[in-house]
Amino acid sequence: MKVDRRSFLGLGIGAVAGIAISPVGAKLTDDFSIWTQNWPWTPVPPDGEVSYDRTVCHLCPGACGISVRKIDGRPVKIEGLDPYPVNNGGVCLHGIAGLQYLYDPSRVKSPMKKVNNRFVPISWDEALTMVADRLGELRNDQKPDTLACITGSDQGSVPGLFKHFMAAFGSPNYLTMPDLESWLVRTAKTLHGDAYTLGFDIDHSDFILSFGAGLIDGWGSPVACIQTMGNRRQRQATLVQIEPRLSNTAASANQWIPINPGTEADLAMGMCAVLLKENLFDPVFAQGFKGGFMRFTAMVQKEYPLDKVAGVTGISAADIQKTAVAFAKAKMPVALPGKGRGEGAQNLKEFAAVHTLNCLSGNVNKQGGTFVKPLPKYLNFPDPVQDAVALKGAAAAPLAGSVQELVTRIDKSGESPVKALLVYNANPCFALNDPSRIRAAFEKIPFKVCVTSFMDETAMVSDVILPVSTFLERMEDVPSKAGLAATVVGLSKPMIKPVFNTRSPGDVVIGMARALGGDMAKNFAWDSYDACLEQVTARIWGPLVRKGHVVLSENLPAGSVETDFEFLAQNPETVKPAGDLEFTLIPIDYFRVPPTVPAPSPFAIKTVSDRILKGTDMFVEINPQSAKNLKDGGFATLTTPAGSVPVRVHFNDGIMPGVIGMVKGLGHTLDNKYVSGKGVNINALISPKIEPDSGMDAAFGIKAGISKA
Amino acid sequence: MIHDKKAHKYGMVIDLDKCTGCGTCAVSCMSENNVPFKEDESDKKDSITWMRVYRLTNNKPFPDTEVAFLPRPCQHCGGKGDHGHSPCVSVCPATATDYGYDTGIVSQIYTRCFGCRYCMAACPYHARYFNWWDPVWPEGMEKYLSPNVSPRMRGVVEKCSFCYHRYQLAREKAYASGSDEIPEADYQTACTTACPAGAIVFGDLNNPSHKVHQIVKPDPHPDPLNPDVVGKSRNPKVFRLLERLGTNPKVYYMSEREWVRKLGDHYLDGEWDKVKNVYGSASHE
Ligand code: SF4
Ligand code: SF4
Ligand code: SF4
Repeated sequence: MKVDRRSFLGLGIGAVAGIAISPVGAKLTDDFSIWTQNWPWTPVPPDGEVSYDRTVCHLCPGACGISVRKIDGRPVKIEGLDPYPVNNGGVCLHGIAGLQYLYDPSRVKSPMKKVNNRFVPISWDEALTMVADRLGELRNDQKPDTLACITGSDQGSVPGLFKHFMAAFGSPNYLTMPDLESWLVRTAKTLHGDAYTLGFDIDHSDFILSFGAGLIDGWGSPVACIQTMGNRRQRQATLVQIEPRLSNTAASANQWIPINPGTEADLAMGMCAVLLKENLFDPVFAQGFKGGFMRFTAMVQKEYPLDKVAGVTGISAADIQKTAVAFAKAKMPVALPGKGRGEGAQNLKEFAAVHTLNCLSGNVNKQGGTFVKPLPKYLNFPDPVQDAVALKGAAAAPLAGSVQELVTRIDKSGESPVKALLVYNANPCFALNDPSRIRAAFEKIPFKVCVTSFMDETAMVSDVILPVSTFLERMEDVPSKAGLAATVVGLSKPMIKPVFNTRSPGDVVIGMARALGGDMAKNFAWDSYDACLEQVTARIWGPLVRKGHVVLSENLPAGSVETDFEFLAQNPETVKPAGDLEFTLIPIDYFRVPPTVPAPSPFAIKTVSDRILKGTDMFVEINPQSAKNLKDGGFATLTTPAGSVPVRVHFNDGIMPGVIGMVKGLGHTLDNKYVSGKGVNINALISPKIEPDSGMDAAFGIKAGISKA
Repeated sequence: MIHDKKAHKYGMVIDLDKCTGCGTCAVSCMSENNVPFKEDESDKKDSITWMRVYRLTNNKPFPDTEVAFLPRPCQHCGGKGDHGHSPCVSVCPATATDYGYDTGIVSQIYTRCFGCRYCMAACPYHARYFNWWDPVWPEGMEKYLSPNVSPRMRGVVEKCSFCYHRYQLAREKAYASGSDEIPEADYQTACTTACPAGAIVFGDLNNPSHKVHQIVKPDPHPDPLNPDVVGKSRNPKVFRLLERLGTNPKVYYMSEREWVRKLGDHYLDGEWDKVKNVYGSASHE
């Protein structure tokens, strides 16, 4: 008889107990373990010399310093870097799982072109020549402005190179995906003028009034924020969290104030009215008030009286009054905009109204408050040399102010106004609202180039894929963003030689320009991206290489700040969730699932709760009070004006009645069985709604219905 | 058996008021210890998670609902009276799991385990996992595996080891430097160092200079009402899971919130009011 583990277990419990007390037990159990443990292939990880190397994570805007443990040069573990001015030794699960991205099944292993709807590998030369030929045609046709470019963020030297490329090429159509930083820059521009951004000294604040900012759910620089929240209690700093759902941040706050989804701007305006009425604003700071202050004051008193705001937001007038007064009377208050991670669809009215609370409190450019700081300027690109074609193209009016607006433009025109598209480090076909509409619009663009590490949803609709090395395989400057008080520029370095036939994104841009030849090549005369990086960061290159990072704005921003109330004084309209169904569907930013680029790692997927994902089923959260005939764990159909999907129901007392919550970032269709085909992409259920003033998609949620399946 | 000069009792305190439920400890553990993953990880009954983060709620209706998170590694039970007869150790017919008297760490020797899973049945904390399949990594991914921890095969049980290999390294380092003291910072588990909230503290419960000792203030005497319980915390905010069982876990939890502490055990109606905040009250009356 062949004894395998199964038949051994078949002997039964008595037999095992007998073996355990018998003298031959030791020998037998040893044999059993040998028989039962037959592994066809046993990985024996090679041993060797241990070393540690430091670099910077750029999986998210966090920009954390990390330390990579290596065995004979082979990376085996990522840990937080201590000390590092962003994350002081901390790290998050995505950063730790960074090594999985090196060998991710969906990595693009060599350049690809699409032939008959299938991707075939090609050489770098062929790929770059192909791109140059197609883009060259646009310039030959005197239509360089029909090239559009979408990147994930506009900071750092690589986005800088893409911008430089667009300028030299002659197109004004450079767009970035909405992220928290871009919203903060927009807000600063609206209230304080160009070239500012906002930082928040949450670390020292004693009263944090958060309008849904997910301080431990991935907002801003996630690890830095979590650390701040970790020591908040010792500092006796109060956190008041205002949002429709008991997020993890709300759960750890001193007070959770549930609010009707999408009415945060009205609440902030109402609070401004309280401060103005009770004369609780800072007289010194008020000297810098200009443009529209009187009209703003009159408008909020008239349009946002307590009773009305209470009705709209669902928060009692007493609570609004009390909270506003507590905020104004705190020593170092700070009000935070940006629901959840603060990325994706948000709205300018809300950001501006919340930041106006900061301005009224006077706690601006002071410790524990809000910093209105100049945009970090550490890069010096040479001015692009534009030929006649480029000059004409660059002077054309931009097609759109946001990716969603661009998609709408393409949607509405019979023939796409965009003839070629470059996408880098962005996945709009997954990450923006109504991704199928975005895919359809992209289909109309005759030529799409995706510069990416992964075969993601956007790569799949492109014509040429130029594969780039991951953050562990390349050198790059990584500026910290989004909300931190200081700006830290880190230098990421290759921890390992590229695993596949990939290049650094900077080299890809230089390669495209060279292949285009002529003036394009002249504008990119660097030998390599590394040489370019050294040149454009010259001012800080030395310390950057020596220390691995440079802190740009260590001190409080100097000088006075003027505040312009014009925008809010006009009382812009609040963007409301579309539709007239009974519930409001809102996205949940769940820290364990990154909502944008890249997709979650297998390890991250492993930590997803089985009340969110079960097999391929997606759960939605609903308060049992408003669940009617639905059953906890049962199947249901979720419908919005944009579509209808099967879901399962998770009863959660921590979500407002009338609201349905769904985790954002699931439902990938990329080529990775550990991550794909799991759950639903909530963006597919939300149609974009462009806010007139910002030109951005402001559809944070949408009206929805749910019924038993 | 080689004893260190001083018997250590390595343990952990997890501050549940700081824990954000981010899951970083779990992923740090997986990546440190070569823990595998499968295509479908949503079936938590066969998902291997040495460190698992549970969500707790006070079960009150909106808007009085509260939630907290409880990370759960192996509790490294000292067993009744803290004599080393941990629930899992005492049932293993193959001596594949063992109690380290010099460290307080409950080990698992994979090559001895033949998968009877008695230990899994005995563990009150569901801290042990059975490998139903040989792990498979996507092509090339086996290159990130660490040589310090052996990958496990089908048919064996595995669990958190308090990163025992890190203890070995720290011990070697101490020997090499001619010291028989392992500095607190030299031996820290992967979850402890990773936690961005600083919610986990790890060290030697026997060493008064270590933070864990200072937080827990373990009572050197057995609980007068239940002699099986040893090392109960004298800090009223600190508790252990199912403490009254007498498994004597070396993982302690801490919370200001009474409802969180109450969830540490199954209390019958009226029982909690008698035991709460009463030092030395682990036993049934
Ligand atoms: S917070 Fe962002 S930057 Fe920091 S480790 Fe995590 S993914 Fe990387
Ligand atoms: S890493 Fe820390 S904060 Fe995150 S789940 Fe683990 S213990 Fe909690
Ligand atoms: S928690 Fe379970 S596996 Fe760990 S020592 Fe205790 S009984 Fe054993």
